[in-house]
Amino acid sequence: MISKSVDVAVIGGGPAGLAAAVSAKQHGAKHVVIIDRNSWLGGILPQCIHDGFGVEETGVSLTGPEYAEKYVEMAEKQDIQVLKETMVLQFDKSKEIIAVNKKGLYKIKAGAIVLAMGCREKTRWNVLIPGSRPSGIYTAGVAQSFINLYNIMPGKNVIILGSGDVGLIMARRLKFEGANVLGVVEILPYASGLPRNVVQCLNDYDIPLFLNHTITCIDGKERIEQVTIAQVDEHMHPIAGTEKQISCDTLLLSLGLTPENELSKNVGIEIDSVTGGPIVNQMLETTLDGVFACGNCLQVYDTVDMLSLDAKRAGEHATEKASLQKRKQKSNIRIIPGDGVRYVVPQLVDKSGMIPLTFRVEKPKENTILRVLAGDEELLRKKMRWVNPANMVRIEVDISAETIASAETLKVIIDDC
Amino acid sequence: MKNFQVAIIGGGVIGSAIAWELSKYKVDVVVFEMGSDVASGASKANSGVIHSGINSPTDSLKARFCVEGNSMFQTLADTLGFQFKWVGKWIIAKNQHEEKELNRLQNVGIANNVPYLKVIDGSEVEKKEPNVSCYKALWVPTAGIIFPYEFTIALAENAAENNVKFLLETKVIGLKKQRNNFEILTDKGNFQAQIVVNAAGLNCREIVSMVEEPDFQVYPCRGEYLILDKNYSSLINSMIYPVPVKELGVLGVHITPTIEGNILIGPSAEFIGDAEDKRTTKEMMSTLFKEAKEIIPALPKKAVISAYSGIRCKLASEKSGGWADYRIEESKHTTGLINLLGIESPGLTAAPAIAREVMKMISKHMELQKKNNFKLKKGRIKRFSEMPLKEQSDLVKNDERWGRIVCRCEQITEAEVINALSNPLGARSLSAVKYRCRAGMGRCQGGFCTQHIVRIMEEQFNIGIDDMKLKSPKSYLFEKRTREVKDD
Ligand SMILES: Cc1cc2nc3c(=O)[nH]c(=O)nc-3n(C[C@H](O)[C@H](O)[C@H](O)COP(=O)(O)OP(=O)(O)OC[C@H]3O[C@@H](n4cnc5c(N)ncnc54)[C@H](O)[C@@H]3O)c2cc1C
Ligand SMILES: Cc1cc2nc3c(=O)[nH]c(=O)nc-3n(C[C@H](O)[C@H](O)[C@H](O)COP(=O)(O)OP(=O)(O)OC[C@H]3O[C@@H](n4cnc5c(N)ncnc54)[C@H](O)[C@@H]3O)c2cc1C
Repeated sequence: MISKSVDVAVIGGGPAGLAAAVSAKQHGAKHVVIIDRNSWLGGILPQCIHDGFGVEETGVSLTGPEYAEKYVEMAEKQDIQVLKETMVLQFDKSKEIIAVNKKGLYKIKAGAIVLAMGCREKTRWNVLIPGSRPSGIYTAGVAQSFINLYNIMPGKNVIILGSGDVGLIMARRLKFEGANVLGVVEILPYASGLPRNVVQCLNDYDIPLFLNHTITCIDGKERIEQVTIAQVDEHMHPIAGTEKQISCDTLLLSLGLTPENELSKNVGIEIDSVTGGPIVNQMLETTLDGVFACGNCLQVYDTVDMLSLDAKRAGEHATEKASLQKRKQKSNIRIIPGDGVRYVVPQLVDKSGMIPLTFRVEKPKENTILRVLAGDEELLRKKMRWVNPANMVRIEVDISAETIASAETLKVIIDDC
Repeated sequence: MKNFQVAIIGGGVIGSAIAWELSKYKVDVVVFEMGSDVASGASKANSGVIHSGINSPTDSLKARFCVEGNSMFQTLADTLGFQFKWVGKWIIAKNQHEEKELNRLQNVGIANNVPYLKVIDGSEVEKKEPNVSCYKALWVPTAGIIFPYEFTIALAENAAENNVKFLLETKVIGLKKQRNNFEILTDKGNFQAQIVVNAAGLNCREIVSMVEEPDFQVYPCRGEYLILDKNYSSLINSMIYPVPVKELGVLGVHITPTIEGNILIGPSAEFIGDAEDKRTTKEMMSTLFKEAKEIIPALPKKAVISAYSGIRCKLASEKSGGWADYRIEESKHTTGLINLLGIESPGLTAAPAIAREVMKMISKHMELQKKNNFKLKKGRIKRFSEMPLKEQSDLVKNDERWGRIVCRCEQITEAEVINALSNPLGARSLSAVKYRCRAGMGRCQGGFCTQHIVRIMEEQFNIGIDDMKLKSPKSYLFEKRTREVKDD
């Protein structure tokens, strides 16, 4: 067993983990370690070879690998220790991490831990598509890694279920590689990926988008041979008589992402059932003292820019924590999603100041007013011409010491104008 | 052309159990299996229950082999090293009317020599199973659970280690009886054997019809299942069965724990025309859920994480009630052809006992001499994730492949994947890996590990990208390599 002791241990070396580690170092942490199971740093980014990363942060549109490279360089300059091809198996309440790589088993004692494990894709079984179980069914991200990292084409005649960003980007990518993309099937009345991706990845290539449709059956004895698609009603039930068969040899699923939190759950960190990520306060500290969360394992972000911004805060607060002792036990105020809002992160706040809030709305809407309420008191009111579940909203709210002392909950709502 | 003394058609649990028994003797044995691995048919997709023997009429072959097989399982599990748990089962009665059925089952059980049966009050049952409410229940302690594929693979692999030849992806397409021999035609060439054992499951009639006019029909009957996430494993402790439905000769939708903590709901029973139609359907998914909810009202919908189906090989039609006994017999017209017909539930339980019966039939044709160099497996090898830290640490120190986690959900190492791919049967599909070491069985369903397994297959087993399969001969994973990888 190889023993180590560090100030801040970051689990996951994707953009979130890199940003958190760099920021921890900048804020004075002496010994910072990043642990990642891949043989590379950058997490999911090296397979995202399209551009569109870092536009808000740097003003230029970078590809995934370029964006990752920026942070990897920073990490290297900062003398951050990196353990690659190293899997964290578990950690406990005393913040002792057990990890393994080819050199052996590690026991790493950390002053603070930053969780940055990213997310995983939903599978066929998250939506229970009936039919047979042939080969040729991939999640979009897996197909993306096969094509972009391993030069392997999964198939030729492709249907995509779900219009998340990964699915949209893959539609175009497959087209570039010479595949026939037969269509993207989406159960909602609107695409769930970013509007710019619908235009640039589908419309520009004449790939049909079947809105209000779903796949009701998968057929194929060995390799997938066809899918049945059907239109759905307003309750998302397939409408009888609208079924249509489409022959294909490949089905890609882009059904959304789920934060990766097996490690967090095992140690007893509370998880928000809507975001799938840990419940955190304004410092992005989870319900376990000294353990912070950021990136896609906290909540699924739309763009890496906003993700990095928050991840840096997690690194900063983790550093503060590592040098302090125990948390002052203060009562938390809950921040809850009100009308029109699906979730808000952070879920807890226990300190006054300018607090960044991120949230998603329930459905697309125009001419709305965003309000943040503490009881009857309105802390913030802002006109929003247009809101969409695909676009995460980030705002800053000034929360006074009095509010912290008196309020029990804060509520974020989206009202009509 | 290659000569064997015994040829077994079908590498399901029945064919594999027979192969294993034979591998203890000095006989030349071949197993033809058209799938890419053993346990490709019903033996993979069932409830995995080791039945007690209370459900089949006294004096039937089903009852006899079930009870006999059941009594062999503990020793088999200890030596062959597959996981096995005596979890016991409750058959629950909702009212006085159904209680009569419990008494009837108890009496059948007693007549079949099933021990320790007890009818218990609902209030007592609730203490053991807080999520189940019933009027009374029959407690059957001698019912257990296994992973059916794990058992079949253990039998086949140990047989292969003792020189039984397994020919995977080899379909028997013709059979001719010559004077003292059979000529066996397959899609991979022709073979000869003295004895042919027809263990082809749903295809048992097709095999018979290659040499004679069959005197029976096969009625495929599909059973669908739902699988629940491990997070819900505490819903039940033992198996929960309703009183058997009167029709169709099946046991009804029950709730079964699995060794890894997932729960199974099913199976349904639906006679179908196409024996290969292993679909799951939306209708049946909701029916199964509804019926399970009647047994466990607290069952949440989001607990369901997967679905599958298996097909029963029935010799009786839906109209005639669906129940028929096994036929385990040498053909009257074709000497040396041993037929195993209609081996439906409790076939998994009965398999080891059926295999012994078949040995007796074979011994009438040839002298069976015990090998003195038979290599019995020595129990189960622990997985990396089950080991204490010290043991894990020592393993990695000696061999770095134990330090590379390939499957994140189940924490399976590269060493375990390589061991799985090095199996003595030569099964090299993605499923072959999954069923041997659980890589790809977790929540992400292969999202992370597939790429790593593909890399291992390519680099260490020289399997080309275009030859990689999911589970059957034509279930190709990929279209092609887009460009050659350059070393730079
Ligand atoms: C297909 C796709 C396209 C995208 N396109 C865009 C785009 O165009 N523009 C944009 O701005 N954003 C885009 N994004 C979003 C952006 O890439 C992600 O938000 C970002 O990569 C998430 O960063 P992360 O660090 O949270 O997670 P990841 O990048 O997933 O990194 C998590 C890391 O943690 C490691 N890890 C997890 N568990 C363990 C453990 N137990 N032990 C050790 N290591 C562990 C993982 O291996 C991984 O390296 C896209 C995302 C995807 C998936
Ligand atoms: C839904 C369901 C639930 C069940 N539950 C239980 C239970 O809980 N407990 C229990 O004890 N039993 C149960 N059973 C019964 C048990 O699964 C079967 O009795 C048992 O698996 C039959 O094994 P087999 O080897 O005869 O058939 P199979 O497993 O179907 O094997 C036959 C094999 O022969 C191969 N084959 C066919 N034709 C050819 C050919 N021409 N050439 C080469 N190979 C060929 C096939 O590919 C197949 O692998 C259940 C069955 C079903 C369907």
